[in-house]
Amino acid sequence: MRLRMFGATLLLAFREIRRHLLRSFLTTLGIIIGVAAVITMVTLGRGLTADVQEDIAGLGSNVFIVFPESVEGRAPPPFEDDDIRAVERQIPGVVSAAGTAQAGATAFHNGQDWRTSVQGADPAFFAAQSIDVEEGRSFNAQEVESGEAVCILGTKVVDEIFVEGEVLGEQMRIGNVSCQVIGTVGERSSGGGGGGQDANDVVFMPLKTVQRRFTGSGNVQFFVVKYDDSYTNSSIQQQLIDLLRERRVIQEGEANDFNIVDTADINETVNNVTGTMTAVVTVIAAISLLVGGIGIMNIMLVSVTERTREIGIRLAIGALAKEVRMQFLTEAVVLCCFGGLLGILLALGLSMSLANAIDLPFLFDPVVNIVSFVFSAIMGVIFGYYPAHRASKLDPIDALRHE
Amino acid sequence: MSDAPIIELEGITKTFGTGAAAFQALKGVNLSIARGDFVAVMGPSGSGKSTTMNILGCLDTPTSGTFRFRGVEVQSLSRDQRSMLRRRYLGFVFQGFNLLARTSALENVELPLLYRGETKKARREAAERSLDKVGLLPWASHTPAELSGGQQQRVAIARALVTDPDVLLADEPTGNLDTERSVEIMELLSGLSETGITVLTVTHEEEMAAFARTIVHFRDGLVERSEAGARAGAEVRP
Repeated sequence: MRLRMFGATLLLAFREIRRHLLRSFLTTLGIIIGVAAVITMVTLGRGLTADVQEDIAGLGSNVFIVFPESVEGRAPPPFEDDDIRAVERQIPGVVSAAGTAQAGATAFHNGQDWRTSVQGADPAFFAAQSIDVEEGRSFNAQEVESGEAVCILGTKVVDEIFVEGEVLGEQMRIGNVSCQVIGTVGERSSGGGGGGQDANDVVFMPLKTVQRRFTGSGNVQFFVVKYDDSYTNSSIQQQLIDLLRERRVIQEGEANDFNIVDTADINETVNNVTGTMTAVVTVIAAISLLVGGIGIMNIMLVSVTERTREIGIRLAIGALAKEVRMQFLTEAVVLCCFGGLLGILLALGLSMSLANAIDLPFLFDPVVNIVSFVFSAIMGVIFGYYPAHRASKLDPIDALRHE
Repeated sequence: MSDAPIIELEGITKTFGTGAAAFQALKGVNLSIARGDFVAVMGPSGSGKSTTMNILGCLDTPTSGTFRFRGVEVQSLSRDQRSMLRRRYLGFVFQGFNLLARTSALENVELPLLYRGETKKARREAAERSLDKVGLLPWASHTPAELSGGQQQRVAIARALVTDPDVLLADEPTGNLDTERSVEIMELLSGLSETGITVLTVTHEEEMAAFARTIVHFRDGLVERSEAGARAGAEVRP
């Protein structure tokens, strides 16, 4: 019997809302905007976090990246091969360390050319950076040792200059070096190569080859250190700093002329930024929801006044106070639920198109959607209660006389 | 049970406002109405007839005195208990019809059953039966705006009848209608009282009061006199 009553009340609420479609829509706008803002922000935040985490995974986990850094405008000395060997040998817990050097170069093949960068690497660098050779093979010890002219191509380079036909085994020219393609790496997310460029727009050659034929020195521009995850990253980092200060003869009190980037730090920074942004938007949304709630209350009060006579009729034919209260409360909740639903739809469209526009993955978060919807309904109860209570307290005689 | 009056008022007073602004609308009304009677309440404006009707309709409570309805003392009941009495035993017809706008005649008639928790099917059937009694079944799907005044009042009567009430209270049911429609309505009410429903109606017009079996005259907050109408036969105690 209660359920039957509730069904009829619900139907009545829908009908009232349909009767004042524009008014209902404008009333719920505050809730629509609030809900949409929160969901969009959380969804984009998730996308951003996931994107960064993927990039970090591209950098490899349990990995430090060590760059030279200028101190007070003085150019820092470059790292040498010996520095890397020392890190590998002397710090317990370090699995491998591998340097790299990069240079700009134009790749030519079969009449096509493409401006790209050539990066020195060896299998240890690939392992540390989680770079997989998808087709063909990686560099062998012989090629690494003697700096042979072989290359492994990123997908972008393959796409740009190999219009058709076989890639592996082809002879091509990088700058003025002729080399043989022995492999290609799989598609990587951007950021893996550092510097914000497309990580797939790269030609890998053995480090020695790049040093000899492109950069013209035995220096490495940065190196990666992969460590065993049974060691804490702070202890490894401290030993790394101590060792590099010693090798680079930095006096006590002087600043480090190098910078160690910890992939875990990046992750944390992004999480902090996302968290802060979400908090700010949540506060704004809370204000919007509050304003929206007051709007709901206002329009419900108007509705109660407009329908005073109707309330009088209902009371006269025997409606209980709580039944009248329930009717108006239901209407407020249904109104807010519509707002919540529209907010969710708006958020869906917004976050999809925004994610697309700023090149982030779209990650639907069911929890924030459900929570937002439930919250909208609760708003209806909170802000609908007073008008509903007022309706239920009307005197039937006065209400019937109301013009 | 059937011999006992369905409505008994003893020394009913009603005062509106307090202090210097206080106004005593009823000054000790005694009235007893038998089951199945058709009573017309008459009197000039401010004589207390509407206040009495509100008390009889369990919409208002007296300031003092005893109101027994079906032997139950109504003045001591709570607001919700009075609502329960209304939905179970009373039907209302108002001067201004008081139908829900933009709602079909059928749905208007169904409304009281909704608060009784009847099923949709039962509501529909009862409402159709009730509309049929007032001869408006063909207009079931029309909204009040699409009906004439007389038709609207008949829908209101159908709504009052749908719950099979013991008492039908009609406050100037013909006040907004022309003579021809008024006669139709009074004949309808008269016919209903024949079926055992106690009908109380307030009216200004002698012509309409003539349909009643008992006519009660109010003056200055008191029952002035009761007399037998054109269709006498009910016992009335002033």
